[in-house]
Amino acid sequence: MTEWLGPDEWRAVALSLKVSFWATLLSLPVGLWVAYVLARYEFRGKQLLNGLVHLPLILPPVVTGYLLLATFGTQGPVGRLLEPFGIVFAFRWTGAALAAAVMAFPLMVRAIRLSIEAVDPKLEEAAATLGASRFWVFLTITLPLILPGVIAGAVLAFAKAMGEFGATITFVSNIPGQTQTVPTAIYAFLQVPGGETSAWRLVIISIIVAMSALLLSEALARRAARKVQGT
Amino acid sequence: MTLSVSLQHRLGDFDLDVAFEAPPGITVLFGRSGAGKTTIINAVAGLLTPQAGRIASNGTVLLDSASRQIVPPHKRRIGYVFQDARLFPHLNVRQNLAYGRWFAPKSAPREDKARIVDLLGIGHLLDRRPTGLSGGEKQRVAIGRALLASPQILLADEPLAALDEQRKAEILPYFERLRDEVTVPILYVSHAATEVARIATTVVALDGGRVARQGPAAEVMSDPAITPLGVRSAGAMLDARVQAHHADGLCTLEAEGVPLLLPRIDKPVGAAVRVWIEAQDVMLATEEPRGISALNVLETTVTELRLGAGPGVIVQLSFGRAFLLARITRRSAEALALEPGAPVFAVLKAVSVARDAISDAPRPQAETPKGAQGS
Repeated sequence: MTEWLGPDEWRAVALSLKVSFWATLLSLPVGLWVAYVLARYEFRGKQLLNGLVHLPLILPPVVTGYLLLATFGTQGPVGRLLEPFGIVFAFRWTGAALAAAVMAFPLMVRAIRLSIEAVDPKLEEAAATLGASRFWVFLTITLPLILPGVIAGAVLAFAKAMGEFGATITFVSNIPGQTQTVPTAIYAFLQVPGGETSAWRLVIISIIVAMSALLLSEALARRAARKVQGT
Repeated sequence: MTLSVSLQHRLGDFDLDVAFEAPPGITVLFGRSGAGKTTIINAVAGLLTPQAGRIASNGTVLLDSASRQIVPPHKRRIGYVFQDARLFPHLNVRQNLAYGRWFAPKSAPREDKARIVDLLGIGHLLDRRPTGLSGGEKQRVAIGRALLASPQILLADEPLAALDEQRKAEILPYFERLRDEVTVPILYVSHAATEVARIATTVVALDGGRVARQGPAAEVMSDPAITPLGVRSAGAMLDARVQAHHADGLCTLEAEGVPLLLPRIDKPVGAAVRVWIEAQDVMLATEEPRGISALNVLETTVTELRLGAGPGVIVQLSFGRAFLLARITRRSAEALALEPGAPVFAVLKAVSVARDAISDAPRPQAETPKGAQGS
C-alpha cells in the first residue's frame, strides 16, 4: 500500500482516517444528547438550538471555517482560553477533527433524532413504572431501540468527515503531514503539473472508503434492526 | 394495604374532583369514557401530575400537593398493566418479566417467579420475542411483568379492551385469581359492566369527573341510580352457591335460600359463585305466573323505582339480603301499579344468563393467608 502510494499521499489517507475517527467518536455522545433533547423535550429556545445545529449544513463551509478560526484560533476567545492547557486547534490535526465534527454534526443529529422520534414514548413510560430512572430507561430501552439510527448517523458523519474540504482548509490550512486530508491533498495535487496521477490514486481511495463505510453501516443497521424487532 | 386517593385536576372543559379508598382486592374504577378513569390511574402511577391532590399507599405518601411532595414514577413501586401490553420489543419474554426486578429494592418481598409464570400460563413463551405473541399472550406477559416488579399497588387500565371476546375470557380468570391470591391492592379501570361484575371487590363508579358512588361491588352495582353506561348495561350481582348439577345441562344455584336454575357451570357443588343478571333479562308479574317456559320465578319486594329519560324504568327488587334490577317500561310499571313495598314476582329465563356471567366469588380477604399458593 505504502509502495503504491507516495509518502505524502499515504500521510493524507492516514490523517483523514484519524481525523474522521476522532471527529465521529467525540461528537457521538454530544449528538446523541442533542438529538434526544430535540426529540423529547419542549423548551424555550428549542428552535434556536435546532437552527444552531443545522447552521453548518446551510452556511458556506468557508464561513464555518472562518468562524472556527475566529473562535478557536490562537487569537480567538476560546482558543486563548484553552492554550494554557495544551489544547491547540489552529493549524493542527485536532483543528481538522473539530472542523469535520462541526460539519458532520447536523447529519448525525438528524439521523439519530428521527430514530428517537420513532420510539414509542409509551414504552419509556412503561419502563419508568417498572422502577427504571430516566438514565436507566435511556440505557435499557431507548438506546437499544435507536441503535440502527445511531449507527447510521455515525457512519454518515464519518463519511462526511472524510470528505470535508471548505471548513478544514479555511480553519487549519493545507499542511502536508499536519492538516492535509485526502480532499485537500487532491486539491493540492491538482495545483501542480503532473499531480494528476497522485490525485487519481486518492480519488480511488476516497471511493473505496466511502463505499465500505456505506456497506458496513447497512449491514450493522440491518443486524441491529433484526435484533430489535426480534424476528 | 390500602390506597387512598384524592385528586383535583382541570383540563379544558374537563373537571376532575374525586376521593376514594382502594382496600385490598380489586377496586374497579367504573364509568364511561371521559369519566376520568385513566387520568386517575395515571396520577396514581405518577405519569400525570394533578393540579392538587394527595395519594398515599399504606401510609407512604406518593403525592401531596400541599407539601409539594411528588414521588417520581420509578420510585412509586407500582405495577402497571396498560391497555396495549407495551412489552419491550428488543427483549424476550423472560427478559421482559425480569425487567422490573432489576430495579426493585433488594429488601422488597420477591414474588416467586415460577408461581407467577405458572399462574399466568406463560412458561412455554419465555424464550419468545413479543412480536410473535398473540394479544392475549402479550397481555398475560404484561401482567406477569408488572407483578414481578414486587409492586405495592397494581394498576390495570382496561387491560382487556383491545382483545376479542375469546381472549377476554382467557384473561379474566387470571385477574380473579390475582384478586384472591395477591395481597396488594389492585386498581382496575373498566367500562364493561360484566367485567366489573366478575372481578370487582370494590367499585368506584365515576361520572363526569366525580365519584357517583363507592363501596362493595354488589351494593354499588345493584343501585338503580348507578348506571354510568346507560340502562342497557344495568344489572345486579348475586352471591350464590352451587347446589346441584343436572343431566340436562342445567345447575341449581342457591341465593338467599332461593333456588335458581341456570346453565351448567364447571364448579363443584358447594362452590361460592357470583352471578351477573342483566336488568333487561328480568320480567315482572304481580300474580304468580303459571304455564310459563321461564324456569325461575322469584318472590321479591319492590324497593325502589328509578325513572330514566326514555320510556324505561329501572326497578330494584329485594329478596333476603340480595337485590335484583329489572328494566321495564314506564307503561308496564303504571299498569302493574308498582311502588316501593309492593310484592312482585321476578321472572328469569335460565338461558338468558350466559355461562361467563357466572364466576368465582371473591374470597374474603381476611381469610387469605399471605403468599397463598396458587392451585
